[in-house]
Amino acid sequence: MSVSLLTVSPSPHVHEELTIPQVMRGVIYAMLPALMFSIYVFGWDALYVNLIAILSCLLFERLISEHLLGRPATLMDGSAIITGMLLAFNLPASLPWYIVIIGSAVAIGIGKMSFGGLGNNPFNPALVGRVFLLISFPVEMTTWPLTDAFGQVDATSGATILGILKDGLRTGESATVLLEQAPAYLDLFLGLHAGSLGEMSGLALVLGLAYMLYRKIITWHVPLSMIVSIFVLTGIFWLADPQRFADPIFHLLTGGVLLGAIFMATDYVTSPFTQRGMVIFGVGIGVITSLIRLFGSYPEGVSFAILIMNAFVPLINKYTKPKLYGAKAQNHE
Amino acid sequence: MSDVVIYTLLVLVTLGIIAAVILFWVSRRFSVEEDPRREQLMDALPNTNCGGCGFPGCGGFANALLQADDLKPYHCPVGGNEVMKEVSKILGKEVEEKDPFVAIVRCTGSFESRKQTNVYDGAANCTIASELYSGDHGCAYGCVGLGECVDACDFDAMYMDKQTGLPVIIEDKCTACNACVTACPKDIIELWPVGRKHQRIYVACKNEEKSGVARQECAVACTGCAKCFDECTYDAIVVENNLATIDFEKCTLCAKCVIVCDSRSIEADNVPEKSLTKLMDIRAKKLEREKAKRLEEKNSNNEQIKSVSEPPKISRDAI
Amino acid sequence: MLFELQKRLKTFHKGGIHPPDNKLSATARIEEIPLPRSVTIPIYQHIGTPPRVIVERGDTVRVGQVLAIHEGLVSANIHSSVSGKVGKIDRVLDSSGYKHIAINIRVKEDDWLEEIDRSEDLIDDIPYSSKEIIQKVMEAGVVGQGGAAFPSHVKLSIPENRTVDTLIINGVECEPYLTADHRIMLERPYEIFVGTQILMKATGATKAIIAIENNKQDAIQLLSSIADDYPNIDIEALQVQYPQGGERQLIEALLDREVPSGGLPIDVGTIVHNVGTTYSVYQAVQKNQPLIQRVVTVTGPSVSKPSNFMVRIGTSVADLIAAAGGVPEDTGKIINGGPMMGKAIQDLKVPITKATSGILLIPEKETWRSEEYNCVRCGKCIEVCPMGLEPMQLVLLAKGKAADKAEAEHILDCMECGSCSFVCPSNRPILDYIRYGKGQVKKEQIK
Repeated sequence: MSVSLLTVSPSPHVHEELTIPQVMRGVIYAMLPALMFSIYVFGWDALYVNLIAILSCLLFERLISEHLLGRPATLMDGSAIITGMLLAFNLPASLPWYIVIIGSAVAIGIGKMSFGGLGNNPFNPALVGRVFLLISFPVEMTTWPLTDAFGQVDATSGATILGILKDGLRTGESATVLLEQAPAYLDLFLGLHAGSLGEMSGLALVLGLAYMLYRKIITWHVPLSMIVSIFVLTGIFWLADPQRFADPIFHLLTGGVLLGAIFMATDYVTSPFTQRGMVIFGVGIGVITSLIRLFGSYPEGVSFAILIMNAFVPLINKYTKPKLYGAKAQNHE
Repeated sequence: MSDVVIYTLLVLVTLGIIAAVILFWVSRRFSVEEDPRREQLMDALPNTNCGGCGFPGCGGFANALLQADDLKPYHCPVGGNEVMKEVSKILGKEVEEKDPFVAIVRCTGSFESRKQTNVYDGAANCTIASELYSGDHGCAYGCVGLGECVDACDFDAMYMDKQTGLPVIIEDKCTACNACVTACPKDIIELWPVGRKHQRIYVACKNEEKSGVARQECAVACTGCAKCFDECTYDAIVVENNLATIDFEKCTLCAKCVIVCDSRSIEADNVPEKSLTKLMDIRAKKLEREKAKRLEEKNSNNEQIKSVSEPPKISRDAI
Repeated sequence: MLFELQKRLKTFHKGGIHPPDNKLSATARIEEIPLPRSVTIPIYQHIGTPPRVIVERGDTVRVGQVLAIHEGLVSANIHSSVSGKVGKIDRVLDSSGYKHIAINIRVKEDDWLEEIDRSEDLIDDIPYSSKEIIQKVMEAGVVGQGGAAFPSHVKLSIPENRTVDTLIINGVECEPYLTADHRIMLERPYEIFVGTQILMKATGATKAIIAIENNKQDAIQLLSSIADDYPNIDIEALQVQYPQGGERQLIEALLDREVPSGGLPIDVGTIVHNVGTTYSVYQAVQKNQPLIQRVVTVTGPSVSKPSNFMVRIGTSVADLIAAAGGVPEDTGKIINGGPMMGKAIQDLKVPITKATSGILLIPEKETWRSEEYNCVRCGKCIEVCPMGLEPMQLVLLAKGKAADKAEAEHILDCMECGSCSFVCPSNRPILDYIRYGKGQVKKEQIK
């Protein structure tokens, strides 16, 4: 007989192709267009920030799991790389290197490992790092290198369009007038405006979304519900008073809406289990983002909105439990 | 500037006082009457919450003790007689002194003695594996070797021996809390009295197959040959379903059964090697004597046969 | 093309997955394999109590003769599948992974009992009453051939306070690789229709539906053309989705009724029988042939000749694989059943039983489970669970040995379809631990 010892294992004996390293690799591939675009716009600065963030995330993960938790580090699952990339995507390209490292330490140390590592963190680690930096280094974190329409980095620095809008509205200027200074929607979509590394080009981000949907890494529920709710909410206010509020398309194309909806809110660990839950989650983020943008003191609210909704995920899971088979009222007598 | 400091201090102090008053009122209003002996009991108990007493944790045991009229059926295996004496002092009732117990493993089927028949690839959990099939070796009664008992042990009193693939119990640490006994899906772990000089003799096998099959499955399997049963003069051994079992209440630790077992499936814990070899010598001598006797009988039989065929000569000698 | 599909095909709505089909043996005709030299017939081939052996070593038996007679309410007769001399009656390793009593018979000639009609003629006249049919099914030792092996006569005996309006014949065969039911529908279609009518008569059902998944177009067309002659039997093509062959999922897909938790299909006025079982019922009632053979698929990615065989019960897996071209060099795992719910076997001497629908040989490179990662709470296991459970939570409860909580979370409703383990991107052994938890709950209930 050709078989020496047979393997025995409990059923099922087949498995779907998609596993964690493949999912993580897929997400990294999906982020590549946005990364390449940021390098095109900001030059090598963008790449440096990314590399520093990724390497320091890997290093902190390894140090913490081997020396503090006393277990082998699982660097190869790729989750630390994604955290590093996402953190870098949320930073200005001109950020000094030590601030990037501090952000990575907070993201991995506080955001992820303090809860027990991959799968146990209630909050998106990259956003924890980003918000920590935003509060600790407000000046550095809101100084964006300016770009002109041809993607050349200007020596001077400026604010994002959302920041300009917020400041302008505060001083009593009309939204319509302010928006006239803003680049055209097409330019916004293509990515020719100031902002964080990864949130520049809507087009690159949407390409990533399409790839992840195609690979079935994520479902449409979170991104769509979030985008639609922001569109609807800002749209209502714009219709009510176009002098005070910017139009919904402007809100969608600026700031971190697309980046947040596609890469941050869809994180497996920190989003709800069921599709119903995901829709509630997405709408919640959309509503909070719109409220911060329309009435808050910060120009941008996506990060805060996602972190706030992360905290609600256990509650959402509790109330969106799947219906048990057989629980349906019987139509047969 | 100083205004701010003063106001802040004032507000905080007032808040603190209000909170203290509320806390004081709540603790008065909702205080629960508790038997003061309960706290004493909790101090006396080992607080390992292992459940070895049969109650959910030490708190559950303390409650049960407080309500019990007769303390005899209650025993804390971890604390042993000392703790129970303490309990008796607190509650003023008699407790029964019990012999300390220790867990033993009734399987010696190491990698060497059991041929591997397949490769297991599933969750490393004995119960899951044994629900699927009898194990990665022939014996359906023996240790699965995935260490669920070790996981169940709260006292670090067990480890898996990498050489044999069997669990080993560290006697000094074992509290006889029963956790490993209930964890084992094959029921091969049992609680035994620690015994005189920590000596214990037991059949380290649970295989109920017929002798030939059992031998095939494992080199050290009990075949139910009943040699030990014949040897035991204290009725401490029962052979049932092709399996010998020793009753620890009757066993006198004479270790005679250990040396007659051909498959070496009777385990003698902490019995000095010397006494075993001594027994072996005695047995060897006895066997020799028996052999000589048999030979003599045979010869005499032969002679008798001869004597039948030949004309009787002995009669004259006898006279 | 799109406009031709006017009606969306039915399917069940909760959970479900789409594993690759791999129906390699779909076009292989059912073949008889040469009689083996000896067979080992386990007496415990069904759910319930084992039957009592009534032959002894040295007895000469004929094909169809009763070897063991049913005992208790839920039990089934065991018949000799060959003629010859009874050898050892001993405990033998079977596909359960444990040793159970089995009867060994050395084969001599092929001598059938006279009352068994071996002709191929179709007998479509059913002169029997419901009671007579159930009696005949019981005597023939027919059990469900979908996998669970529940004695069919018990299922057919409808309790007095229940009625059956619709009989469902399950030709879904949602397990990848397996084609036994598919082939039997293609090659014995008339017998299945008569068998369906017998079952309708036995249960008092006025309507029957034969359910087939849409990946078996040839079977759907063939049976639909025959169904014109049978006004109360419908053919329903269903969307391909696993585990549609599960009784509860099939009932939901076809009738939009949900069987209550802990209940039986009879509670919602229907019963489900497999097409293989239906064929066996036909053989038992019309031809007096007990369940002594069944169709078994032998397949696998590197099997040289994926086939469907009509096999005598008790034939060893080794004999069967030999008929399909032998064990391929790279085989790492052999499964009794399909890849989703089948059981890996450790020895090729294991006999084929009434519940064996296929033998699947998996190559070494697909044998091993992949590395396990942390649970990332993606919720995929919850999304695919056809019973609406939360598999990952059940795993936590099982690991924490919280049997009472696991029971409250309906862990016993799990039918072990394996969808959760199949999709888990972290390769976690979810179903393993759910079984572990179910064991704890059952132990607790016995206490």
